[in-house]
Amino acid sequence: MVSGLLKNRNSNEMKKYTFKIKRFDPEIDRQPHWEEFVLEMEDSDRILDGLIKIKDDVDGSLTFRRSCAHGICGSCAMKINGQNRLACQTLMKDLSARNKSAHTAGVAVIIEPLPALEVVKDLVVDMEPFFGMNEKVLPYLINNDPPPERERLQDPKDQKKILQAITCIMCGSCTSACPSYWADKKYLGPSALLKAARFIFDTRDRAFDERLRAVTHTHGLWRCHSIYNCVEVCPKEIDITAYISKLKRAALKKSLRLK
Amino acid sequence: MIHSFDAVIIGSGLAGLRAAVEVSRQGSVAVLTKLYPTRSHSTAAQGGIGAALGNEEPDRPEWHFYDTAKGGDFLGDQDAIEVMCEDAIRTIIELEHLGVPFSRTPEGKIAQRKFGGHTREFGSAPVRRACYSADRTGHAIMFALFEQCGRQGVQFFKEFHVIDIAIEKNRCTGVIALEILTGEIHLFTAEAVLVASGGYGKVFKTTSNAHASTGDCLGILADKGIPLEDMEFFQFHPTGLYGLGILITEGARGEGGILLNGKGERFMEHYAPTIKDLAPRDMVSRAIITEIREGRGIDGRDYVHLDLTKVDKRIIEERLPEISTFCRIYMGIDPSMAPIPVLPTAHYAMGGIPTDIDGRVLKNEIGDAIEGLFAAGECACVSVHGANRLGCNSLLDTVVFGRRAGIAICDILNKTGRGSVSKESVDRAREAIDTMLRRKGSEKAAVIRKALQQAMMDKCSEFRTENELLSLTEALKGLRERTLEIGLKDKGKRFNTELLEALELNHLISLGELIAHSALQRTESRGAHTREDFPDRDDMNWLKHTLAFKTDKGPVFGYKEVRITRFRPAERKY
Ligand SMILES: Cc1cc2nc3c(=O)[nH]c(=O)nc-3n(C[C@H](O)[C@H](O)[C@H](O)COP(=O)(O)OP(=O)(O)OC[C@H]3O[C@@H](n4cnc5c(N)ncnc54)[C@H](O)[C@@H]3O)c2cc1C
Ligand code: SF4
Ligand code: FES
Repeated sequence: MVSGLLKNRNSNEMKKYTFKIKRFDPEIDRQPHWEEFVLEMEDSDRILDGLIKIKDDVDGSLTFRRSCAHGICGSCAMKINGQNRLACQTLMKDLSARNKSAHTAGVAVIIEPLPALEVVKDLVVDMEPFFGMNEKVLPYLINNDPPPERERLQDPKDQKKILQAITCIMCGSCTSACPSYWADKKYLGPSALLKAARFIFDTRDRAFDERLRAVTHTHGLWRCHSIYNCVEVCPKEIDITAYISKLKRAALKKSLRLK
Repeated sequence: MIHSFDAVIIGSGLAGLRAAVEVSRQGSVAVLTKLYPTRSHSTAAQGGIGAALGNEEPDRPEWHFYDTAKGGDFLGDQDAIEVMCEDAIRTIIELEHLGVPFSRTPEGKIAQRKFGGHTREFGSAPVRRACYSADRTGHAIMFALFEQCGRQGVQFFKEFHVIDIAIEKNRCTGVIALEILTGEIHLFTAEAVLVASGGYGKVFKTTSNAHASTGDCLGILADKGIPLEDMEFFQFHPTGLYGLGILITEGARGEGGILLNGKGERFMEHYAPTIKDLAPRDMVSRAIITEIREGRGIDGRDYVHLDLTKVDKRIIEERLPEISTFCRIYMGIDPSMAPIPVLPTAHYAMGGIPTDIDGRVLKNEIGDAIEGLFAAGECACVSVHGANRLGCNSLLDTVVFGRRAGIAICDILNKTGRGSVSKESVDRAREAIDTMLRRKGSEKAAVIRKALQQAMMDKCSEFRTENELLSLTEALKGLRERTLEIGLKDKGKRFNTELLEALELNHLISLGELIAHSALQRTESRGAHTREDFPDRDDMNWLKHTLAFKTDKGPVFGYKEVRITRFRPAERKY
């Protein structure tokens, strides 16, 4: 059948890459250690393709999360060559230019689990603390007005205010890259604040005060010092810091109102 | 560990979540999911969810009903289709009230766009029926439903991999799952179990489906003698990114994109003169393969172009941002400047667990139900999609029938009491895992999986013949035998994904077998099932649903009548 004829996308030549992976299995290891795998890959292959290749062909025990393989489920965030990224949305060619080294074959691909979250095994981290933060910002639309028979109307211009915020895939890259979170593990973190903003600025929501209260405590909003690490790593290119700044302005306005 | 709930739901896609919203109003609910809930593949749905809201132009549920029946090549059960299309409007409004950020018209109403096979006045022209949130519709609905579940106290068992569904004396009493983190076996007993475990596109090599779409629960039920319905009907979506299979939504054509062959011709004009590029998916996929086979692929190669360069740049930015990003990242293409290389990709399973319109799982031709067992979403076959699903009807199916199953579950709660699961079943499950871990064979699950996916792709995709299907069924037998020689490198309990992949493989092979044998016995062409040796639809002999029973001696078949209430089967022209 024709689909079976499928050739490689660009029929590119294969290049050598050395995957250096930080591994840790608490059932066996006392400490994390590095392992190297040399692979032939094409420019247009994903880092995730490399990890799967290793798991399938070399070492079945290599452990990582993945599902959608195209940057929409948020499973595969990890630290790749020093930056939190999605393994399925980072191509080999995104790394080629840098990271040539005399000590390894071809280009080095250095992979570690997301920082600041506890390692479960190899590249899998415990995401519970991260998801838990979200639950603290009342992450659901609150509107007790009797609903109209049809949809609640929303001006497209109003919707624009939350358009970026709704695209978050909860990958955890941002919070894991945030120095304020490193310093204070009770800090809500960029992603949960973004979630709060998503509702606070949704014209259909009616829980402005409640939700603002949920983000203005000591481990909330004011821990953000606009370091922009989150924005730099967000695979959905969300301007998280801008949303947090808007939240800060809203909180200030409200406290002035109260005085 | 043992848990007890009123209801257990397997799967946190839209079907499972919508059911959980319903049941948690009346009783305790556990949702078991092998992924973090929002990672379920529903979140990847792009283009839209169908309902005759009529926000952008006149539309009616009965036109939607007609289109769905005709799109499914008249194999869909029309009572079920009518229920779905009539309930669609209420469903969308309800989702909006729950907070789904649908895209808006200038007046602030829910915006709608054209989608394949959706027409006004019984086929006269395409109609704007798909409600959307840019090209992230699944993601938008997923979060709203997940958040609602949290609010209503649904308990999520995240990263719990279901390995058995307990059915004793015609009654489903619980579920056995492996906690991925610890490797511990958990038993959940319940009065009702809903299977909402999604699709199984991973039987094919090139697919839009996620790695997790492996159909485990269908495999489990097939092993227990429950038939699977209409497995020969697997949809290939016309526009997968070439070489990757990542989906480019039909919404791209709904917004004005067109398909071009190597000669620069808009070839769909020849295949579907009235609605052209917006013909149903089976027709468009076959057309693409035909063009390629006849040498009219791009530069004579094995792909065609999806051309969005004539579509207003602003529309691409506002309504198709996600697929534009995919094109940029994976293909290095800006779709407003250059055409996108595409090829059909395995996308959607029309076939699945037979149910009635309230999600009750049926175990035979005459429609006897298994007590306490329900199914909804892509894993189920109600059947609304017949031989070919229309775009934006699956999301609708998940929420409409997820809710209905939820209501039906509420109806039986506190009637029979929670069942018990025999100790032997739990021991057997544990033993199966331990055996797998102990085995020292030299085969690798990944190698066998790839061979399966390649064979299914080569011999059982858009076009099929008896010879190829026969050789496929032989090949599958060989693969099955090889699974007995699988040896795992990872012998640990903790987060053992190598073990999970080996478990999934067994079910993938079962589904491959049922698809292949079902395709072999249906000697006609209908919807997504095209037999080159039987090119015509044969209503005399084949206007019926296939029920494939897995047995030790290979699949055995039964049949079920198609319920036709309103629209008599007619030749499908567009
Ligand atoms: C890329 C893409 C785009 C699409 N776009 C559209 C669209 O625009 N419109 C439309 O109508 N349809 C679309 N579809 C189809 C539609 O998205 C799916 O059919 C639908 O979302 C399936 O939902 P579900 O709830 O049945 O299953 P899923 O969302 O797939 O969820 C399955 C759940 O089951 C769980 N599960 C599976 N096995 C196990 C196990 N063994 N143990 C525990 N848990 C398990 C998983 O963890 C997951 O939570 C699209 C599909 C794809 C792939
Ligand atoms: S804001 Fe961006 S980086 Fe943070 S969780 Fe969401 S998608 Fe990931
Ligand atoms: S696998 Fe889904 S985001 Fe990478």
